[in-house]
Amino acid sequence: MTIPFYVPPEQQVRDKAEFARKGIARGRSIIAVDYADGVLLLAENPSTALHKISEVYDRIAFAGVGRYNEFETLRKAGIRQADLMGYLYSRDDVTAMGLATAFAQTLGVIFTRDPKPYEVEILIVEIAEEGAEQGGDEHRLFRVTYDGTLYDERSFVAIGGKAEQLTEALEDLWEESMTLERALEVGTEAFRRAEGRDSEGWEAAVLDFSNGRRAFRRLTGDELPAK
Amino acid sequence: MIEQTGPLPLLAPSPGSSFTDLLDSMGSRPTWSVPAGEKLPPAPEGTTVLALRYEGGVVMAGDRRATEGHLVAHRRIRKVFPADRYAAISIAGIAGLATEMVKLFQVELEHYEKIEGVRLSLDGQASFLARLVRGQLPMAFQGLVVVPLFAGYDLREGRGRLFSYDAVGGRYEEIDFGSTGSGARLAKSYLRTVYREDLGADEAAELAVKALVAASQEDTATGGPDLTRGIYPNVIRIDSEGFVELDDSEVAPLARQAVEAIR
Repeated sequence: MTIPFYVPPEQQVRDKAEFARKGIARGRSIIAVDYADGVLLLAENPSTALHKISEVYDRIAFAGVGRYNEFETLRKAGIRQADLMGYLYSRDDVTAMGLATAFAQTLGVIFTRDPKPYEVEILIVEIAEEGAEQGGDEHRLFRVTYDGTLYDERSFVAIGGKAEQLTEALEDLWEESMTLERALEVGTEAFRRAEGRDSEGWEAAVLDFSNGRRAFRRLTGDELPAK
Repeated sequence: MIEQTGPLPLLAPSPGSSFTDLLDSMGSRPTWSVPAGEKLPPAPEGTTVLALRYEGGVVMAGDRRATEGHLVAHRRIRKVFPADRYAAISIAGIAGLATEMVKLFQVELEHYEKIEGVRLSLDGQASFLARLVRGQLPMAFQGLVVVPLFAGYDLREGRGRLFSYDAVGGRYEEIDFGSTGSGARLAKSYLRTVYREDLGADEAAELAVKALVAASQEDTATGGPDLTRGIYPNVIRIDSEGFVELDDSEVAPLARQAVEAIR
């Protein structure tokens, strides 16, 4: 039996992080943007069958970039967790905060324990209860990275290879209380600036107060921005 | 058991899209069992619910009474529920078990839709419900019977469909109307005399309420409309646009009319 070489933990963590970042950088990015009646999630996605954005619970959506099978595993786990909590307790007890910390812990365990970290970055978005904004309750935009680091963002957020450039563009473009049409324009313009090219196709969904209990709705056909 | 990596259930029992299987695998599925020789404690029972097909969809209705032996346990109980946007479920039998089954069924349908990205077909929904009823069989032997009625609009076939069940999970598609609960026979014999295939939505709602009132005349466990307290049957309608619950202000005149028509 051969004795494995000693690798210092700093080196191990650095290598894993670099590996994960490279994997994520290859994928296309996703943004989430506040608008007047909710939150818009917009992804560049040439496929109309493989979704990156999906519904998790009444007012909560999930989006993931990176390896499809890995964020799909996380997405389904999130739905299971949310439905279990809602069934065992009450629908009001399922929150983006609880889910985001669960995702963060899970990704953290995978990063340190497994030989290969997940090459993913995810978003958990929750819209405030209708009419709650006046009371100071806001939409929640959580970003979780491959190593389980959890970020709490305001107004807009971007994940994926071009996240930095997208955030920069959104800082310039984002306005308060936009209409959905305006939010789509802002989103597509941010992608154009960040990528420096036209999109190969869009996937978009909203969490919107007007949809009733299940606030999630995919935008289809004409509602999607032109390529 | 599900493998846990951190707090999230990363792996589910195969095929992985069923919420009920997930609950089972975690040991969290509620079960009831009465020890042999013990007597069942009294539990409220829901009584009459019915559904009928009309040209554009299905109407489902239920009275509001729950009984415990010869006593009225609840006057405003709800027995008709949405199952998803295009389907509804109503239940007769032990109320506690019935509401739990409805809750599980609702979560199951939504869970499947979110995991798979598409709604379960109406046939799929109906056959899953049969499985839930069958799972109840050991309890049925102990007198804890729950019998549902399931209806929905089948988007693939473009028509309303309705299914009745028996206590062992048998599933029967009805082409005209169905009913379950203590007043079911009375409601059905009323419907048999008035039912037509070319009913409109409003007529169907009217007949549903009349059938419940007819049942309440002979069956003490079925609650008729309580005009003084303002308690009216729950009536829902499902068509190609989805599930709609009729408001009390819409049901009240139907109820008054039905009570007046009866001598």
